[in-house]
Amino acid sequence: MLPLELHELSFTVGNAAIIRGISARIEAGPRTVILGPNGAGKSVLMRLCHGLLKPSSGRIVWQGAKNGDERKHQAMVFQRPVMLRRSALANVMYGLKLAGKSRSQSELRAMDVLEVVGLAQHAERAARVLSGGEQQRLALARAWALGPDVLFLDEPTANLDPASTQDIENIINAIHASGTKIIMTTHNLGQARRLGDEILFISNGRLMEHTPIDRFFKQPVSTEAASFIKGEIPWQ
Amino acid sequence: MNSLVEAFGAAWRLIAGFDDELAQVVGLSLQVSLTAVVIATLIGLPIGAMIAVERFRGRQTLIVLLNALMGLPPVVVGLVVYLLLSRAGPLGSLGILFTPTAMVIAQTVLITPIIAALSRQIIEDAWREYDEQLRSLGAQRLNAAMTLIWDTRFSLLTIVLAGFGRAAAEVGAVMIVGGNIAGVTRVMTTTIALETSKGDLPLALGLGIVLITLVIVLNALAAVIREMALRRYG
Repeated sequence: MLPLELHELSFTVGNAAIIRGISARIEAGPRTVILGPNGAGKSVLMRLCHGLLKPSSGRIVWQGAKNGDERKHQAMVFQRPVMLRRSALANVMYGLKLAGKSRSQSELRAMDVLEVVGLAQHAERAARVLSGGEQQRLALARAWALGPDVLFLDEPTANLDPASTQDIENIINAIHASGTKIIMTTHNLGQARRLGDEILFISNGRLMEHTPIDRFFKQPVSTEAASFIKGEIPWQ
Repeated sequence: MNSLVEAFGAAWRLIAGFDDELAQVVGLSLQVSLTAVVIATLIGLPIGAMIAVERFRGRQTLIVLLNALMGLPPVVVGLVVYLLLSRAGPLGSLGILFTPTAMVIAQTVLITPIIAALSRQIIEDAWREYDEQLRSLGAQRLNAAMTLIWDTRFSLLTIVLAGFGRAAAEVGAVMIVGGNIAGVTRVMTTTIALETSKGDLPLALGLGIVLITLVIVLNALAAVIREMALRRYG
């Protein structure tokens, strides 16, 4: 699948330019964090990469993908997970069945990932009555079960308390350790530091920097990034 | 005043005693309206789901039209179906005018738009919430539509019950295409209309009580189902 190449990617709605000419090459391996203030275009950029939105101009190229199979090798976890009105187990199995797995295969795989995210004892409970943190773990399990090469995460802990956030971050690291490429957005510098290997800093629809994590925090190149880091630190 | 009390008493005796004529009329009513609502659901639900998830030219016009059709006057539906089924009409050779089949057709025409329009609304609201998630998981349109129908099944059941209530309570359409023939096409509403004009209040009142009870039970059922589903599935 990887590397993922973005060529002069733009996305406009009416007269508003949300993404303005972003070019980047995202390699396999390091955990990529798309960082930036609210409204910078992080989520839109991620939806473009995942194929949920069509770019107004520019191209997205998965260099390692065979013809047209790139959708099958990626998954996404949304800021607010959408759970189907069925059991936690059935929610995980849903994606597997769409991917063409048999019922018994799906069930085995689903139970495995539920175990890993600590939801095995809730497998038969209705997904929508689980707590916010549990639902987000379930969303991670549902995405992970598909065995994606690339996992997109859009502000996966934005609505969660610190304990749930830590659970989610641990799971993200486990998914990374299993060999899945992590690409996630956050506006939280602490989280970027904890989970990021490289940073794509977005401001006002433009890619301001694409640097390894250490360099980003020590010597940001753009003034936007520098002021974002400064502005955020007092709240850490 | 006395005659009213007497009529209520007589009506009650008819219900409590499972009066033959009353039971037969109630039975036919249920049979016709239940058949109509099943057929209307089989037609209306896929139409509603399709309009909810597909984007095509004239979609907005179709939605407006469908919503308007919810208010179809039963007598007009009856008239149109009558013209189609009457001996000189295009479907006259079927010879089904003044039969329960004709009544089922008329009620199906009446409530299919209701079920299509309301299910469109419910499924489209759900689609807005599920769209990205389902596409991300790789669901195609048809798959997504089935998932949405299943996930909104309790709300959709409420619609079906509403459709049934509407069918069971309408007079105009079944009166025209059924002809209100004793023992053959007489249902609750048409019997009430006829018996009232004849002055036989006990039977009319008895049927009225059954009809209102039915409507209340249906609505209570819908409320209970929704409540249970909400608690169980969130």
